[in-house]
Amino acid sequence: MTHSIKRGVSLYSFQEEFFLRELSLEDCIRISVGFGAFGIETIAEQMMPGFPNLTEDFYRRWDGWREQYGFQPTAHDMFAELKLYPDRERPTDELVADLKKDIDHTARLGATVIRILAATPAEVVELAAPYARDKGIKLATEIHSPRRFGSEWFESHLEVAQRVGSDVVGICPDLGIFVKRLPRVLWERSLRDGADPDFVKRVVDVYDSGEDTSILPVEAERLNLGPIEQDLAVQATRFIWEEPRRLLDYMPFIHHVHAKFYDIDESGEEYSIPYGEIISVLKEGGYDGYLSSEYEGNRHIQDAFEVDSVEQVRRHQEMMARLLDDEKQGD
Amino acid sequence: MFDRYIIVENSLRNVEDGADIVGFAFEARCGYYRRLILSMVEELAVSVDGEAIPREDVALTVDGTSYSLEDMRTEYTVAWEFGDPATITVRRPGGLTAGPHELGLAEQLRISYIPVPHTPSTTQTQTVAA
Repeated sequence: MTHSIKRGVSLYSFQEEFFLRELSLEDCIRISVGFGAFGIETIAEQMMPGFPNLTEDFYRRWDGWREQYGFQPTAHDMFAELKLYPDRERPTDELVADLKKDIDHTARLGATVIRILAATPAEVVELAAPYARDKGIKLATEIHSPRRFGSEWFESHLEVAQRVGSDVVGICPDLGIFVKRLPRVLWERSLRDGADPDFVKRVVDVYDSGEDTSILPVEAERLNLGPIEQDLAVQATRFIWEEPRRLLDYMPFIHHVHAKFYDIDESGEEYSIPYGEIISVLKEGGYDGYLSSEYEGNRHIQDAFEVDSVEQVRRHQEMMARLLDDEKQGD
Repeated sequence: MFDRYIIVENSLRNVEDGADIVGFAFEARCGYYRRLILSMVEELAVSVDGEAIPREDVALTVDGTSYSLEDMRTEYTVAWEFGDPATITVRRPGGLTAGPHELGLAEQLRISYIPVPHTPSTTQTQTVAA
C-alpha cells in the first residue's frame, strides 16, 4: 500500500549512553541519520543542559547539525513540572507559561510537534493552544500505558482537541499501549533477581492470555511472596493491550507516534509489540507523520548486560523499514 | 533506572580545610531519566560502612554552589542536569580512614507524574587514598 509514513528516532533511545557520556547529542543525531531515520525527536531535559534557557550559541550549533546531517527535527518532549513545590500544587498559569517556553524552543529547533506529557492537565493544553497555533506548533498528548482510549482522561483531552481544532491539538500514541505479550526483558530480569519461577510463569500466562492483571498483586500478597514478585505483579498491571484498529477512530488527531520497543531480538522482531499489525493499520488510516523509535529496554537489562542502544535502534529501524517497505514510499 | 550509576566510581576522598580534615566527598549523578530541579531532590541518604549520615551533614554542590537538603527544598531554578556528576560533601571531622569503605547513596526524587517518590539507590566499595 502506498503511504507517507516516515522513520525517525527519539533520542530518548540513547539515554543510557548519553547519561554515561559515551555518546554526545551530535553522536545520537549522526547515528540515527546513518540508519536512514531522518526525523529527530529530542528531550531537552536530557540532552540540552540549561533548558529552558538555551543560548543562541547552542541553537546555532543545532542549525549547523541540521545542515550537516540533513535531518528534520520532529518533536520536543515536554514535562509538566507538576510537583515543583514541596508544599503546594503548581498553579495553572505557571504551567501554561512553561508550555509557552516549550513552544518557543520547539519552534526555534525547527520542529513542529510537542509531545505533551500525559499527566498535563487538559486545561493547560487548551490555554496554550492559541500561542502554539501562532508559532505553527502542534500539541500532541501522549497516549501512554496504562492510560487507555475512551477513558475519562482520554475524553477530556480529546474534547480539547475537538474544541481547539485537530490542526493544533491532538495525540501521540505510544506503541507501548499495544503490548500483546509481556516484554521478555521484564520477566527475565525478575528471574535473575531470584523471583519464584512458577509465579513468573503465572504472571506471563495471565498477561499474555489477556486476563485481568489486577489479580496479580493480590495473588502475590496472598502467596506471601517477596518484593521481587510483588514488583513484577505490579509492573504487569501497568502494561496494556489495546486493539490497534482503534487508531483508525482518531486518525485526524494523530500528529506523532512513539514507536516504543523493549527488545529486538536477533531475528529482527519486537517480542512484545506486533509491529506488522500496527503499521498496516497506520497505512490504512493514511498516517503521514513519523514513527519515532523509542527504546526502553535498557532499564531491564543493565544489571547483567552491556546496554547497546545503538544496535537496538539499528534493528528497530531495519524492522520498520522492512514493514514500511521504503522503496514504495509515496510523497 | 540508573541506580547502579548514581555513585561515580573512584571519586571518594577526604575534604580538607587548611590543616584539618573536615569531612569526605564523592561525585554522584541524579538517578532519573531527565534533569531535575533541586526542589524535587527530597533526600540524599548517605551511608558509610553501614552508618547512616545525619541529613543536616550532607550538601550537594552544583556548578560551584553548595546546597543543604533544606536549601534544596526551595531552589526552584537550578537543576541537577541529566548524567552530570555533582559533588556530595559530608561533614565529618577527621574524615574517613585511608583504605576501602562501603559507600551507600539513596536518592529520593519527587517526579511530576508518579504518585510515590522515585528512589534509586546503590552501594559501592571505594578506597580513600592514604
